[in-house]
Amino acid sequence: MSDTKTLATVWLDGCSGCHMSLLDMDERLIELSSQFTLVYSPLVDQKVFPEHVDVTLVEGAVASEDDLKKVRKIRDHTGVLVSLGDCALTGNVSAMRNRFGPEPVLLRVYPDGQKAPSTGVPALLDRVRPVHEVVPVDVFVPGCPPSADTIYQVLTELLAGRVPTLEGVAHFG
Amino acid sequence: MSAEANIRTLTIDEVDISARADETILEAAREHNIDIPTLCHLEGLSEVGACRLCLVEVKGARRLLPACVTRVEEGMEVTTHSAKIDRYRQMVLELFFAERNHVCSVCVANGHCELQSLALRLGMTHVELPYQYPQLPVDASHPRFTVDHNRCVLCTRCVRVCGEVEGANTWGVMGRGAQSLVITDLKEPWGESETCTSCGKCVQVCPTGALFEKNRAGTKTAKHPEFLPYLRIMREGEQR
Repeated sequence: MSDTKTLATVWLDGCSGCHMSLLDMDERLIELSSQFTLVYSPLVDQKVFPEHVDVTLVEGAVASEDDLKKVRKIRDHTGVLVSLGDCALTGNVSAMRNRFGPEPVLLRVYPDGQKAPSTGVPALLDRVRPVHEVVPVDVFVPGCPPSADTIYQVLTELLAGRVPTLEGVAHFG
Repeated sequence: MSAEANIRTLTIDEVDISARADETILEAAREHNIDIPTLCHLEGLSEVGACRLCLVEVKGARRLLPACVTRVEEGMEVTTHSAKIDRYRQMVLELFFAERNHVCSVCVANGHCELQSLALRLGMTHVELPYQYPQLPVDASHPRFTVDHNRCVLCTRCVRVCGEVEGANTWGVMGRGAQSLVITDLKEPWGESETCTSCGKCVQVCPTGALFEKNRAGTKTAKHPEFLPYLRIMREGEQR
């Protein structure tokens, strides 16, 4: 167990497509599972982010107070932080509300005097922001979603102790 | 003047080359398979030097020069790739992405976009500059085409092809700086334009998803600007 690295994946404001792409690695997941221990993820039952994680993949943009708190905590407890996919990298679809601000968007969703929930849900930030605008990011993986091949390349490079370079490999969209 | 007097010899990336005196650095470089990235340039249209992606170093010049509008000179020493040039090009690309709302994943041009391809080619994985998120209109009043200003990079290819090739002069530019917009006639809705011939040349030369044909999706949204050089050759043939 000692020579395996710990891996976490986080789902902020995104559609979960990047996580679907992660699962799309198919049988390569078995190969990776002998080298990575998945310690925190929407895919495992672990409620608290561990004290130290070697690699964390962050899907999604930072859109709410909760996202902000989470991503800061993750940064403090992570060795290599990977921005996974366009939402984490650019804001992407999540950030399309930035043209209007949160209030008009909530009014559009809750019209005719309906009230948007204000308790039990985190407040929306004024602006949806890419992860690197909030905390330092070590690896950027573009794509909507990044392909399974790209994610596999990133993870195997990190296992080999190298920083993956995706320049000229993966594109936005 | 003799033919020799019209030839200039210079070096591009330390390769000795010769070019006609009326050629630009970009033309001379491409004839010798030296790659310089471009966005506003399109074969068959005049050059405007708007996008600044083709910036090169010329020995003795105090600033970087756009290769598309700089003529070759005798003894010129040109460098097309260096750490400094790469940094500038990266910055130019980031400015394009930050200035408007280029959301590749939900764009009709996804997979066929010159801006998207340039980001891949020049290794831009993210944008350090703060995104501006301007509120920009979409004009879908034309029965066949749409203009989405969120995707426009102000390369003015549409303006040039409309004036120089179609001769309709429907497209123009209004405003200054980041507030500039390409407009039809005097900012009439495109569908009400009296000068537009609906030829669609502007759509075919647009490098991004700013101008697109309605009712098309997927691979059918690919642009085909390659008609331009042929059209030009054919017309020049007629004039002789």
